[in-house]
Amino acid sequence: MRRSAVVTRPIDPAAIVNEVRSSEFGAVSLFIGTVRDSNDGRQVTSIDYSAYMPMAEAELERIIANATEKFDVAAVVVEHRVGPLSLGDVSIAIAVAHQHRAPALAATNFLIERIKTQVPIWKLEHYADGEAAWVDPTKVVASL
Amino acid sequence: MSTVTVQLFASYAESFGTSALEVAVSPGTTVSDLIRHIRSLPGSEIVRDSARIAVNRQFAFPDQIIEPRDEIALIPPVAGG
Repeated sequence: MRRSAVVTRPIDPAAIVNEVRSSEFGAVSLFIGTVRDSNDGRQVTSIDYSAYMPMAEAELERIIANATEKFDVAAVVVEHRVGPLSLGDVSIAIAVAHQHRAPALAATNFLIERIKTQVPIWKLEHYADGEAAWVDPTKVVASL
Repeated sequence: MSTVTVQLFASYAESFGTSALEVAVSPGTTVSDLIRHIRSLPGSEIVRDSARIAVNRQFAFPDQIIEPRDEIALIPPVAGG
């Protein structure tokens, strides 16, 4: 089982876990990313996620192919949600199954770190004061 | 001389006020030539040196040559997850 998707509907982490589960695997690792209520000291009220869809899907596939080769994991499912998300909503879920826990956990970590830097998906954060801003993780914050 | 369409997203689409730019390219134009040109256009103030170009849905190398039928996108800093 190897699958990835960029979706506009809510993500069901339990369903994703069930997709990778099998009696041949002794370990299932699940990562869930959710919408947090603060960022950079500002109160976040919601996030609009957008994507360059065909490339985001292709890039997810490439990252998964990389992970399966690197960690010898055969069962990987990744779903990333786009569109308007509310606080607490699941924005991403990653499930990896393996015979043993170490490769499952390592592959999960590899996947989320790569996805965050390589997949063309963007966040427009809305704040309690009515403002909105694009999140730029590469931004260098000047210190006083 | 031919024209390529450069797709824009998120903060870049907002800054340029459009979701696509038409850019004239001569044979041999590279990805870094294209970025340099885009950075000379109005609205490009937020496009930094580190901006990435995707060609045919993959991140491209700076010295990669742009072909007329390539699908090109200027990728703002990504923030998925």
